[in-house]
Amino acid sequence: MIAPGSRAGARRRLTDRVMGWVCLAAILVAIAPLASLLGYVVVQGAPALNWAFFTHLPAPVGEPGGGMANAILGTLTLIGLASGVGVPVGILGGLFLAEAGDGRLGWWIRFTADVLNGLPSIVVGVFVYALVVVPMHRFSALAGGLALGVMMIPLVVRTTEEMVRLVPSSLREASLALGIRWWITSLRIVLRTATAGVITGIMLAVARIGGETAPLLFTAFNNQFWQAGLDQPISSLTVQLFTYSIAPYDDWHRQAWAAALVLMAITLLLNIAARAAGRQRFTVGR
Amino acid sequence: MSYALPAGRGAPLPAVPRSRGGRGGDVGFRVLLTVFGVAVIVLVAAIACVLIGAAMPSIRRFGPAFLWTSRWDPVHNVFGALPFVFGTVASSTLALLIAVPISLGVAVYLVEIAPAQMSVALSFVIELLAAIPSVILGLWGIFVLAPWVRAAVEPALAAVLGWLPLFSGPQYGIGLLAAGIILAIMIIPIVSSVSRDVLRAVPPEQREAMYALGATRWEVISRAVVPYGRVGIIGAVILGLGRALGETIAVTMVIGNRPQIPTSLFQPAYTIAAVLANEFSEATSDLYLSALIEMALVLFAVSLIVNALARWLVARVTSHTRVVR
Amino acid sequence: MRQIHKGDSMRTTPHWRSLLAAAAICALLVGMSPAVQPAKGAGIVTLNGAGATFPFPLYSRWFAEYNRAHPDVRINYQSIGSGGGIQQVKNRTVDFGASDAPLSDDQLKAMGRPIVLIPTVAGAIAMSYNIPNVGTGLRLSSQNIAALYLGTITKWNDPKLTADNPGMKLPNLPITVVHRSDGSGTTFHFTSFLSLVSPEWSNKVGHATSVEWPVGIGGKGNEGVAGAVKQTPGAIGYVELAYVKQNNLTYAVVKNRDGHWVAPSLAATVLAAAGGAEQMVKTRDVRVSIAYAPGAMNYPIAGFTYLLVPQEQQDAVRGRALVDFLWWAIHDGEKDAAQLLYAQAPPAVVKIDEGLVKQVTYQGKALLVAQ
Repeated sequence: MIAPGSRAGARRRLTDRVMGWVCLAAILVAIAPLASLLGYVVVQGAPALNWAFFTHLPAPVGEPGGGMANAILGTLTLIGLASGVGVPVGILGGLFLAEAGDGRLGWWIRFTADVLNGLPSIVVGVFVYALVVVPMHRFSALAGGLALGVMMIPLVVRTTEEMVRLVPSSLREASLALGIRWWITSLRIVLRTATAGVITGIMLAVARIGGETAPLLFTAFNNQFWQAGLDQPISSLTVQLFTYSIAPYDDWHRQAWAAALVLMAITLLLNIAARAAGRQRFTVGR
Repeated sequence: MSYALPAGRGAPLPAVPRSRGGRGGDVGFRVLLTVFGVAVIVLVAAIACVLIGAAMPSIRRFGPAFLWTSRWDPVHNVFGALPFVFGTVASSTLALLIAVPISLGVAVYLVEIAPAQMSVALSFVIELLAAIPSVILGLWGIFVLAPWVRAAVEPALAAVLGWLPLFSGPQYGIGLLAAGIILAIMIIPIVSSVSRDVLRAVPPEQREAMYALGATRWEVISRAVVPYGRVGIIGAVILGLGRALGETIAVTMVIGNRPQIPTSLFQPAYTIAAVLANEFSEATSDLYLSALIEMALVLFAVSLIVNALARWLVARVTSHTRVVR
Repeated sequence: MRQIHKGDSMRTTPHWRSLLAAAAICALLVGMSPAVQPAKGAGIVTLNGAGATFPFPLYSRWFAEYNRAHPDVRINYQSIGSGGGIQQVKNRTVDFGASDAPLSDDQLKAMGRPIVLIPTVAGAIAMSYNIPNVGTGLRLSSQNIAALYLGTITKWNDPKLTADNPGMKLPNLPITVVHRSDGSGTTFHFTSFLSLVSPEWSNKVGHATSVEWPVGIGGKGNEGVAGAVKQTPGAIGYVELAYVKQNNLTYAVVKNRDGHWVAPSLAATVLAAAGGAEQMVKTRDVRVSIAYAPGAMNYPIAGFTYLLVPQEQQDAVRGRALVDFLWWAIHDGEKDAAQLLYAQAPPAVVKIDEGLVKQVTYQGKALLVAQ
């Protein structure tokens, strides 16, 4: 124990207390931007949310009014398409890692999944542009969905692997002992038990890609009208938000804040639901 | 957790077909899983190949000098990536300088100082910061952060440190400083949460030994816990760096988009990701497009190296705790 | 983990996470439904265009109006800048493009197939600024504008500026020059003007859709430049007049070639356009520059804007829809131009445009049936 009453001891105790406050200050500094942003989004965005916002198409440039109905639907469509790519590959890939991934191949798959996770999203956009948009000769919802799906894959792979590994091996062993085939055990017993966790992982992945803008800029492009087909450009909340916020029109700024509110609400709800429900602690996703 | 199967008598198992398909089913399933597992590798390899292929004209034309030439002239088809590389490195470094001390403070607080309940709640809140879409942060950056930087931060810095060229020049608000701050905000969650995991993984014996020697709490933290976990913390910092290097939208909204090397923090700049976002869809010559893709390739390579390094460092310290991103 | 009880089947009981997942899937299906089934009536034709931000206010009004009149034709236009329009037409990812910068012979050859350039309207480029307590009407001589963009004038109370503006109180505020960060036809017209005004500019920088700017910050699109000017005290940028008017930005009065101070206005633009029309007829080429053109009351920073249409269309239905729209645009659409301060195409230009639209073919046959 520190000798009570000694001067050196007092200095050390003081340092201890001061540094305690410094660390608390660090927490406050870290949270301040979040508070400010939430505040602004709610204060600026809530008044701009009206029925027109959710049901109307954008008005011509410079005319006030209009809404982002097509952008909201567009984001949902893109998420649907992305899930079509990301969920099967992610779940089956994660299942491979959990069931048969303890060797060299498994190591390489985990490594490349990490690389894919850390890849700047704009690079994924460039890749899909070269691979899909140029040969197809058009921007399309498919290209946008593919770009987002590629980004979903590493997230779903990792969480699926985690969740499946958590299923107690006694369950698997019991099933195999009863003569049930390995592949049926894997799918209908192990994966089924891990479903809740896998869905949580998918929800987190969806929250992440729903907020992505960069990969959509030159794959899905944008669209002033309702979606006319999966091989046509499609609008999305994020790209529309980006376009509106760098422009000078006050009405567009208003709508941008409203879009931010909608997007934040969806993203935060998905995240909170997923994290609160998950008994396992997840560390931070992108 | 042990699971007892329903007691033997007659409790029927659900309709799970028995021995259907024989060994063939197992083999087929394994093949299926392997294919999808390998698909991930193939995907990353495909990205690398497509990027290299499309960047070839530029690579052949400019060679390695591309990385340290600073002229970006679409009119005369002369392209050099230095301003963008510089801007990327500068904004990320600035972000790290701001975010690392704060994140360490956060991690230390969460692990060592805060009571358990508060720690859980605060971790949750900070991780929510990571969930904010980048474009919304950019929106906030344009309308809230940049005016604040112009009105409060830059004048204050200029008043105190204005004699340094780093803090001189006209104060736009938009520029390298604003970009650095926004990137810092974006990487604090990841650096702090990985650091938190690293600090948690420090064995309690280290702390107990220091306490036994009569250290204060802060001395335990600064002389035992943090040094023990320093390798992992470096890994966390590098993860944050990787995130900062690749961030596109929030940066492009506040950095000012000027393809020249800034001489002051107040000046506008450009990053690789931002120039890709702005100029990709309109590169009017094949060489221009190829030069842009070469920069995407540089970004790909750098993020690959940085992330691999970070993962390795972090895994060394927390190898018994799974880290899921 | 759920406990397995005696007598349980392995059926999962309804769990709120499953419900949430089911709700999410429903939402996604709702989102997908317009995409999967064509909207009422299979006859919807969607045309995709991309390009100049310069005429975007007018074009977006055109597309909305045309869609009201012809609900089965949707023209989706994205204003990504003239450079983007040219590139996307070259990549064949859009049905038509828009560019204020006329294509050079090399660029036309690089397209790989014949492209028809159709001049639609002319517009003025205003010098918009944000100086506290200074309203519209700041006088900027052409040489001073060049000096601003070269970086030789750095403060608003520079003697060169105050000399022209004796009545105005210009503050000691640094000048933030704003230019385009993307490939832009507006930049092309503006730098053409600067090249004609200042030999130093012409040698050092030149004129093109994207140049090496000596100073300033970049905004994306006319929208981005106007936005940056609006947000930054002390900023000045070159912005198409429609954006300036729609956002109530302050703008400068410029000295033209003949030495008169002219404000960007519909009348001044119309005069500039008339001069351009004469040139087009004389040279039999629509690619004319009206920057810094002689003329007593001409506004010196102006230019035409063009639609880029592939001459040989790939699809009969869409090609037909496109030429019908083009015909509407050069006759009825032009009527909207004045309201947004664009100069309508003079009658001589409309005649040239009619001929150009008739050149658009499908499988060799002109798409436009005689109107």
